Amino acid sequence: MTVTAAFFYLFATITIASGFMVIASRNPVQSVLFLILAFVNAAGLFLMMGAEFLAMILVIVYVGAVAVLFLFVVMMLDVDFAALRQGFLQYLPIGGLIGVILLLELILVVGTYTIDPGLVRSPAVPIPAADVMTNTEALGQVLYTRYFYFFQAAGLILLVAMIGAIVLTLRERVGVRRQDISKQNARTQETAVEVRKVPFRQGI
Amino acid sequence: MNPALTIPAFGPMLPEILMAAGVLVMVLFGAFRGERPGYGMNIIALALLAVTFLAVLMLPSERVETMAGSFVVDDFAKFMKALTLLGSAGGVILSLDYMRREGISRFEYPILIVLSTIGMMMVISANDLIALYLGLELLSLSSYVIAAFDRDNVRSTEAGLKYFVLGALSSGMLLYGASLIYGFTGSVSFPTIASVLTGTTVGIGAIVGLVFVAAGIAFKISAVPFHMWTPDVYEGSPTPVTAFFAAAPKMAGMAMATRVFIDAFPGILVQWQQIIVFISIASMALGSFAAIGQRNLKRLMAYSSIGNVGYALIGLAAGTPAGVQGVAIYMAIYLAMTLGSFAIILAMRRGNVMYESIDDLSGLARTHPALAFCLAMMMFSLAGIPPLAGFFAKFYVFAAAIEANLVALAVIGVVTSVVGAYYYLRIVKVMYFDAPGERYDAMPFGVKFVLAVSSVFVVLFGIVPAPLVAAAGAAARSLF
Repeated sequence: MTVTAAFFYLFATITIASGFMVIASRNPVQSVLFLILAFVNAAGLFLMMGAEFLAMILVIVYVGAVAVLFLFVVMMLDVDFAALRQGFLQYLPIGGLIGVILLLELILVVGTYTIDPGLVRSPAVPIPAADVMTNTEALGQVLYTRYFYFFQAAGLILLVAMIGAIVLTLRERVGVRRQDISKQNARTQETAVEVRKVPFRQGI
Repeated sequence: MNPALTIPAFGPMLPEILMAAGVLVMVLFGAFRGERPGYGMNIIALALLAVTFLAVLMLPSERVETMAGSFVVDDFAKFMKALTLLGSAGGVILSLDYMRREGISRFEYPILIVLSTIGMMMVISANDLIALYLGLELLSLSSYVIAAFDRDNVRSTEAGLKYFVLGALSSGMLLYGASLIYGFTGSVSFPTIASVLTGTTVGIGAIVGLVFVAAGIAFKISAVPFHMWTPDVYEGSPTPVTAFFAAAPKMAGMAMATRVFIDAFPGILVQWQQIIVFISIASMALGSFAAIGQRNLKRLMAYSSIGNVGYALIGLAAGTPAGVQGVAIYMAIYLAMTLGSFAIILAMRRGNVMYESIDDLSGLARTHPALAFCLAMMMFSLAGIPPLAGFFAKFYVFAAAIEANLVALAVIGVVTSVVGAYYYLRIVKVMYFDAPGERYDAMPFGVKFVLAVSSVFVVLFGIVPAPLVAAAGAAARSLF
């Protein structure tokens, strides 16, 4: 139990600290690296709760794909972050005020959070024990049956993202020479090669 | 261990399934056919919306839940879905000529409108927080893209970007609130939340969650204090897109607000009533005072829509069947007034230049008497002058508020609508008493059609109000 608690506090502390460093570090590349650290530790937290599928997805999708994409974007865009931060401090009073209010709210909320056993309703689909079925299998069993409506809706949202990206960024370029394979195959020796007699010492 | 594989009932979802299948066909059709001149895709989209409209009307009128309780169909959903489909159809019809003349006509526009309409219908029928959020994201993401549809225009891209950033923030607030509500009630389903949150045992956590959800919803319907994006987005987007934003998503947003508050939080009416009353007063006040200084008609309509959302929220604040009936009637009439007003803004064109300022309307009564008359009717109706539809819209919500002992709210509503009358009537004055300018080009057919239908509705509603009022009454009763 103490080992579990120790690991929980380890992961949680590193997650919060690296989350803070994401917004605090001066170099955007370091920010993204801290973001990756936060993701990995959050995956550790998921693992401790027995949600191994979510943990692995977090590592694969967020660390493997999204964060690396971020890194590419940050490195390629060459935004002058120092200039962006100019005048950053002038928003500190109001931002700080909102932060304090949110913190107070959170304390109020967490302070009243006594877990009433009656309050936690019987879950719609209980999580099966680890020795009966793996997490992935359990998710798969409800994702395409009970929650298939949400699954389809998410699919439509991704379709919108794809169409949106094409609408906003695709430009038809004129004057591009494209490969036309049938045209290439239709070439014969007669159309492709021209045999000329070159007069001596004159050239063409 | 296999959960029983029962196939859920698809009948109640028929309109959504039709739309989703139709939009996939449209995407494929467009992708293979390529960009062609003509209105082919728009006509397919309109046909799809029309078929879906019929399918919505033919749904059974009793309350049906399906998809493991995530999706609900009742009279309220039917009523609001019908309005939403009309608003979307208006958005497509108004765009026909405009998009072609501005050179931004592309087949993705009707596709995105249809996708966003699917999102709206999902939001209207959502019976749990996950379905609500997914529908809302579908609706919002398509809206961000069509706000920036004129992608070579700086104002349009700025509108899209602003809408996207602020919309993402509001989605975050909604999600945060939803997670708090889930944490404190143990369920995402509206009926279960309603059964847990009753009486005096409501924890502060659920209330904080409710506030965040209310903030997210207020953003989507552009109610004060989450209205900041509205004037900029409305001004920057292409005008038919603005008309669409002011019409269809507002219907879905108000339906969402009504369903969330009435269906999921009926037991804590006292708590959310304060929030709605505040939002409503603030929206009405800002909508009427801030619009006074506006010169641009699209900005003016943005403030007008903020104000109108405030009036509609009066009905929700009452929290009674009469109040919800008022909301439904208000939104139907608002839809007609908005589409009509934007049709007139779209008619203000000479050659390749669109005119958007109030001064460009001067003397319209002499150059285009019919157009001026229609706009005057719209403005009188928006101001709430008796024989026109706008008066009845306000009458039903104010009456519901007084019945629910919210007399102060109703009085503030009357006062702000008098203030609002100033800028609506100023437009009438500019049209009828100022020196005329040059004539505008002839109106394209689609714009003329929308203007004719909405003018007839606005003028004649006072004479035959019964069908709409009865339908709205049935819609309201289905929620209680």
